Amino acid sequence: MRRAMVLALLLASPALALDGQPGMHDPSTVVVHDGKYYVYATGAGLPIAISDDGWTWRRAGTLMQALPGGKPGPEVLARGGNNTWAPDVIRSGDKYFIYYSAPGTQPKSAIGLLVGPTLDPASPDYKWEDGGPVVWSDGVEDSNAIDPGVFRDPTNRSLWLTYGSYFGYIRLVELDPKTGKRLFPDRKPIDVAINSEASIMIFRDGWYYLLVTHGSCCAGANSSYNIRMGRARKVTGPFLDNMGIDMLQGGGKLFLGSRGRSIGPGHFGLLDLGDGVQKFSAHFEADLDRGGISVLDIRPLLWRDGWPEAGDNLIAGTYEIESARTGTALEMAVQGMPVGGPRGRGAGGAGRGGGGGRGDGGAAEPIPPQDAAQVAANWPAGAVDVRMSPYMLQAQQKWTVAPAPNAGGYPGAPYFKITIAGTDRALTATREGELAAAPAFTGAAEQLWRVDQLADGTYRVMPKAVPESKEPLALSAVGFSTPTLARFRADNDRQRWRFRAP
Amino acid sequence: MTVHRPVLTSLALLSVLVCRAATATAPDAAGFLQRWIILEPIGVAGQLTDGAVQALVKTAHFPDQFTVVPHDGDRVTVGGADLAWHTVDTTRYNVNLYHFAYGLKKPTSNVLFWIVTVVDSPREMTGVRLAIGSNAASVWWVNGAEVIGIYNDRQTVIDDGVSKRLTLKKGSNVIRAAVVNAGGATDFCARFLDADDKPIRGITVNLP
Repeated sequence: MRRAMVLALLLASPALALDGQPGMHDPSTVVVHDGKYYVYATGAGLPIAISDDGWTWRRAGTLMQALPGGKPGPEVLARGGNNTWAPDVIRSGDKYFIYYSAPGTQPKSAIGLLVGPTLDPASPDYKWEDGGPVVWSDGVEDSNAIDPGVFRDPTNRSLWLTYGSYFGYIRLVELDPKTGKRLFPDRKPIDVAINSEASIMIFRDGWYYLLVTHGSCCAGANSSYNIRMGRARKVTGPFLDNMGIDMLQGGGKLFLGSRGRSIGPGHFGLLDLGDGVQKFSAHFEADLDRGGISVLDIRPLLWRDGWPEAGDNLIAGTYEIESARTGTALEMAVQGMPVGGPRGRGAGGAGRGGGGGRGDGGAAEPIPPQDAAQVAANWPAGAVDVRMSPYMLQAQQKWTVAPAPNAGGYPGAPYFKITIAGTDRALTATREGELAAAPAFTGAAEQLWRVDQLADGTYRVMPKAVPESKEPLALSAVGFSTPTLARFRADNDRQRWRFRAP
Repeated sequence: MTVHRPVLTSLALLSVLVCRAATATAPDAAGFLQRWIILEPIGVAGQLTDGAVQALVKTAHFPDQFTVVPHDGDRVTVGGADLAWHTVDTTRYNVNLYHFAYGLKKPTSNVLFWIVTVVDSPREMTGVRLAIGSNAASVWWVNGAEVIGIYNDRQTVIDDGVSKRLTLKKGSNVIRAAVVNAGGATDFCARFLDADDKPIRGITVNLP
């Protein structure tokens, strides 16, 4: 029976992929520009995808449409070829640099540069200029100059490019932040990893992390793509994995492999949303819920023991919502009923020394779970306060989290409605900046909840809007038994919550 | 805790009880209110569920129970019992109601304590929260409005029950509580917090 229940839960709670048109391969880093999200991918002319909220994506033409001739410049074509793959993008000063792969017959390849003032195709300033080839491989050397990953070192604002794909090494060159071209074109590129592709670096707490993709791509559900990493104290390496193996010798700690019904992740990109909330983008080679096509995904970025770790967007289900501050559970403020009904403290009761619940050596029947239908008769009909209490598996403590239909979302996930399981009583932000369980879900912004996983694996929970408040607020434990809404602060446990399966 | 009437001399033997000073008193360093006036315990059934406690505190036990600010030594009759109000100071963050009742040779189990204090605020303070802990269930009012109810058998934990945001008016603000104990230890603590959950400064307790 347990197996059947787990299966039913999985079927009822598919992992959530992005909405709209997320189909793409080899996505760039997702960047935010004037409140919109942009990503570029492999394909004729380098397809553009734009999202207003990071959840629902739409195609918006190609980058090359804005170039004379609609294709890479002649020097890029000469060094590489007429394909346009796997771009990456970064802002530098008042310009954007886009690096893209222009392979010919691999490993004869080049990485070209586009320079433009804005990412918004609707802007009157929108244009891209050909910056020529930045790096290339001649078809013989131990390198295949595709798959650029651009990185700004936060310690000194220097700009770096890693690139490469199997045929030999992943290589590193320094870029000129003003032009986007190589800062020292006569210097030999630095080899930093081998036998991988889709490289990019990130930095945290004095460590440089090099993330690459291992395995094979482009075979749908038969793709073995997986993202691996090493770290170094210097931007130039050596990058060692968690076992001390150099990535130049094939090392690499797993960051993300296939998960759920998504197969073959590759092409990591950091999306730092501020306030300590980090996410990453990647594509999966095959999304089994979308016919096995390759799709963009955005997931939480966690940190554990000095290493990044791929988190999970919350999936639909029924949960205890537990405060990391207090360990108490969010509940609708109604009088609870012990699961299985009241018991006295005497013989047969559950009290200390009473023997109840401790067993007397005889057979004991399982107590079924408590659901709302069993106990809701005495619940008030209108809005009810929300509080926190020790979790005792009671109906008013179990919340069903489900995507709110047609409500949009945020990077990686849709807005959720959060209701007492088995009812329509909806967690609601009040105009006073407090919480209530409203008698019904209306779809109003104060009943739509954003749930972002934080670096430590807990979750931040925020209403889409609080009536009469312009300030973004997050679910907060102000005391042992009292939830409220307050401005998010990443430095303590007040606003960290765990979603536990009941 | 201090109880400052001669009849309570035995309470002073308990280290937590000290004599009340005549002047207004500031909260302690962590913001806990340390001066209260407490009615001798009312005998009750000791039921601690939400419904039972709400019904109990809404029952009229004595005249003006939701409005009176008693003086030390005032007396009321509850169910035929003659009960006195006692002003107490505590040297700790909490007020030990078990010591209070035991010292008075009153029952400590299946009891209801009515508790009052008056907080003087030098200015209107908005976005303030009353934060309490109690053993066991308790209901709290600020200036006549019910702001906290915590139920069931529980131990006193700092900031266990916290009110929604409220306003302390300039001048006197009456804090009232009803604490219900079924058995064993019984105590409470209370303080006001600001928007950052830090103790409110600048207020004083000034019982008549």
